[in-house]
Amino acid sequence: MARIEGIAGENEDQVKLKIRQGVAYAVLILLMFISLLPFYLLLINATRGKVQPGIKFIPEGQFFKNIGKIFNDAYKANYGSFIKSFFNSIFVSSVSTVLCVYFSALTAYAVHVYDFKLKKSVHTFILLVMMVPTQASAIGLYRMLVSMKLTNSFIPLTIPAIAAPATYFFMIQYMASALPLEIVEAARMDGCGEYKTFNIIVLPILKPALAVQAIFVFVSNWNNLFLPQMLLDDQSKKTIPVVLQLIKANIDSNPMTADAGLMNMFMVLAILPVVIIYLLLSKNIVGGVSLGAVKG
Amino acid sequence: MRKTISYAKWGYIFLIPFVLIYTIFSLVPLLETFGFSFLDYTVSQGSVSSIRGGGEDTIINNGFCGLANYIKVMKSDGIFNMSFRSTVVLWLVGFIPQIVISLLLASWFTDIRLKLKAQGFFKTVMYMPNVIMASALSVLFFSLFTKSGAIDDLLGGPDLLKNEWGARGVVGFINFLMWYGNTTIMLMAAMMGIDTSLYEAAQIDGANPSQVFWQITMPLIKPILAYVFVTSMIGGLQMYDVPYLIGGTQGNPNGVLKTLVSQIQLGKNSSVGAVSALSIIVFIVSAVLGFITLKIMDDQSIKTRYGKKKKK
Amino acid sequence: MAQIKKILAGALALCMAGSVLTACGGDKEGDTGSTGGSESKTEDAKGGSEGGNEEKKEDTKEETKPADTASLVNTGKVYNVYCWNTEFKERFEKYYEGAKDTALWDGVTINWVINPNEGNNYQTKLDEAIKKQSSAADDEKVDLFLVEADYAMKYVNSDACLDVIGEIGITKDDLKDQYKYTQDVMTDSNGTLKGLSWQATPGLFLYNAEYAKEVLGTDDPDEVQAQISDWTKFGEVAQKMKDKGIFMVSGYDDTYRCFSNNVSGPWVTDGKITIDPQIKAWADQTKEYSDKGYNNGTSLWDPAWTAGQKIDGKVFGYFFSTWGIPFTLLPNTLDKSADEGGEMAEGNGGYGKWRACKGPQSYFWGGTWIVGCFGSDNVAITRDVMLKLTCDADIMAQITENEQDYTNNKAAIKKLIDGGYTNPFLGGQNHLVLLSDAAEQIDLTGKVSAYDQGCNEEFQGAMKDYFQGTVTYDEALAKFKTNITTKYGDLTMD
Repeated sequence: MARIEGIAGENEDQVKLKIRQGVAYAVLILLMFISLLPFYLLLINATRGKVQPGIKFIPEGQFFKNIGKIFNDAYKANYGSFIKSFFNSIFVSSVSTVLCVYFSALTAYAVHVYDFKLKKSVHTFILLVMMVPTQASAIGLYRMLVSMKLTNSFIPLTIPAIAAPATYFFMIQYMASALPLEIVEAARMDGCGEYKTFNIIVLPILKPALAVQAIFVFVSNWNNLFLPQMLLDDQSKKTIPVVLQLIKANIDSNPMTADAGLMNMFMVLAILPVVIIYLLLSKNIVGGVSLGAVKG
Repeated sequence: MRKTISYAKWGYIFLIPFVLIYTIFSLVPLLETFGFSFLDYTVSQGSVSSIRGGGEDTIINNGFCGLANYIKVMKSDGIFNMSFRSTVVLWLVGFIPQIVISLLLASWFTDIRLKLKAQGFFKTVMYMPNVIMASALSVLFFSLFTKSGAIDDLLGGPDLLKNEWGARGVVGFINFLMWYGNTTIMLMAAMMGIDTSLYEAAQIDGANPSQVFWQITMPLIKPILAYVFVTSMIGGLQMYDVPYLIGGTQGNPNGVLKTLVSQIQLGKNSSVGAVSALSIIVFIVSAVLGFITLKIMDDQSIKTRYGKKKKK
Repeated sequence: MAQIKKILAGALALCMAGSVLTACGGDKEGDTGSTGGSESKTEDAKGGSEGGNEEKKEDTKEETKPADTASLVNTGKVYNVYCWNTEFKERFEKYYEGAKDTALWDGVTINWVINPNEGNNYQTKLDEAIKKQSSAADDEKVDLFLVEADYAMKYVNSDACLDVIGEIGITKDDLKDQYKYTQDVMTDSNGTLKGLSWQATPGLFLYNAEYAKEVLGTDDPDEVQAQISDWTKFGEVAQKMKDKGIFMVSGYDDTYRCFSNNVSGPWVTDGKITIDPQIKAWADQTKEYSDKGYNNGTSLWDPAWTAGQKIDGKVFGYFFSTWGIPFTLLPNTLDKSADEGGEMAEGNGGYGKWRACKGPQSYFWGGTWIVGCFGSDNVAITRDVMLKLTCDADIMAQITENEQDYTNNKAAIKKLIDGGYTNPFLGGQNHLVLLSDAAEQIDLTGKVSAYDQGCNEEFQGAMKDYFQGTVTYDEALAKFKTNITTKYGDLTMD
């Protein structure tokens, strides 16, 4: 009897599992379609001509012509070299990402691991400033950077990433659930210096969190228009979103040069590196599984 | 124990970069904004600064005015009142489906029994919309949903964007699409940090998936869940691009797409005093809501962190 | 598009010989032959009401003698130009580089500072640069900047602009062929001219000839014009169109410029915002049209607005400026685009099936002005740029020929018209005649303020809810008031 029941239960479980799998796949496939739709439309638009009335779902034949337009002389004269702006973006985004993730982890580590008088105030302060609307200080910041002669410089686009309250917040939340203090103390027993402990022992443990934040920070920097647009006048310094804005400005107000095919192709090319970075980093997030196992 | 005390200085040392950079690049302009919020301060847009001398200045600063800006902004027809509710509603319309779907997906992806195939593919796909700039995404969806757009035609021409809930729905949908992958990844990272032996034990005890989810997963991912809630709320209160690109500077229809930050954007070049006051109010509202959320959701970890002495 | 170009080129080739002569003569005295003669005739014809007034202004202006061109500064090594898209840069490189006074440019490089105006970015940065003008290093001083009509007054009212005549040294004679309205926009309250444009952007009513035949029984531009020559008649035709299931205009904003260019006073006087009767009339009319179904409830540039430009798009007509015809209406009405190898000939969608007429009221739409900045260390170059790009009939004729810009030069346009210009897209109609008439009739004296951009935008936006019937006019107006006084904190409104 008991054995038969067991088998029946297992079968029932199997059926339930199959149903759950079915539902999961159905939802995933639906979401996949919705998520890929904008890319599909963007790709279609990248195969279309200069003027694009309405939305189309079938590609046209301008794909290679549009790629060509991004690398020809007319493009260079108007928007500077694509390669140059591409590498400006890569530089700004990578440097900000590394600075942001590293120093946020360090700051969170300081608050998480050490006991010091101002600990609570510092934590509260950082959480508080996280709530400050970014728009609130925008104009003041611009004036300040102008008077510091920091326009046309990558410094104000990268260095401030060191102080990123939201990334700090994520790191400290992650540490709360995944960084046991025992590890730090074990390192001390082994005579490992504090800074070295952080770099050699703690950072690897934080890898999933670092990877997650690195993706987000990279993407938001890659797409960041606000400050770069205010600060970068020099064509050789412009980043991808700033150039995109320029292409758009021509579409809005300069019909002779307006080219929606070019703009959409530009966006397609601008998305590629972010997708690659994502694919590279997302492997590290999966690495979290083994971490859980080790911890257990 | 003796050692712990001597390590305290390292806490300060490791904080130096953050504090230094924050002070230079953020705190100074922020304090300036704070100061402006108490001044009767406007900048005329009717002219530009006189450069030949003798002309009128464009800055009209009538000095300290107490809380006048705050009162003006908070009045029934003030700019805070006009857009606070719209902003919160817009955020919720996107956030509720986002958190539900993300929790579901994250639990599916980490469910060791479900064994979903092609996970890597799905995980990549769901994050993709976040890669496109909000502006590009909005423009694409605008042309789908607007009158005579593809979806509008498909649905028989309801002209969704002219309907208050239709417009909110479209904005919520775009926000959902942009952020659900992001949220799922964070929740997944948190779930993967959970000791798998806990799941195995639960399985042996005969717990069903929903029991496992509510009794094991949820409590353990609370810190990250709190992070998701708080950051999403902050982002929601500062929402700007998507509603602006769908509803224009007016936030049509009927101002339901007019957000707090769009008011800041509208007045930042001229009504400096009033807009600074609005920024400070948005900050205070975010801070209050944020700390309440943390208190409710993450009380445990806050206590552990602030407890007089750690368990050791 | 290619065909239009060919025709334009042909027309130009015919009158090239003459144009060279007149251009040379014009430089000397301005009392030259045929063009000068017809010129003064048109001046007289339009004189009328404000004629005397103008004479006086000119008299007083005579006191500010053109600056001595020899004494203009030209010490800078970098010529900084502020603009928001690449349009002017393209014109500059294509038409100025070849004609420039190379002696002035010896050792001078040009630096383009291009900031798209999204989020008011262009003006924010330009204002900051102007503020720093006196303390900036020589090579960082703004030399030339560009403005649009809706906010030009903001700069014209300030002392940042150089006086085109008194400080840059352009003579009245150099400017004689420009349309008056293009100077109205840039003239301050003392009558000082502060900027010039190479283009004029008068507007017309473009209508679907097939619907005209079907409903009005004729597609002849003159006859159609007679039926819509004022707003009452326009409304009557709208009803007829409605009966056949056709919208008279596509959306709410289509007719806006016609009204806003014909106001009796500016949006803002002495820091106070007033709703001009013409603006109110636009709101009333659009409300009526919306309620009666005369429009399709679209907004400019929407897909639905664009879709109406198909030849079977169920919209009778659109108000378009010069640039709107080749760059908006043409591509939108074709079935097969030029990129796909579609032929620019009748049979491809609406090609050849649109006509133009003046419409109920003259208006203009768009345009860009160039302004010399005070403190510039290359004023001589600014003079050269202005002369070549905004006063030189030859160069401007070339621009019209190649770029389909309607240039701000009556002589250049007249030559095209006289050359037997026809436009195949408009079924062989010569719409330049209409455009040049329209351009002559626009009068903006005392109608522009520094705040027009925000007022126009916010008013149109606020009224949308009213047209859709969700709020009353007064509620919409109250919203406009809150928005506009936030945007312009220094203004008040009753």
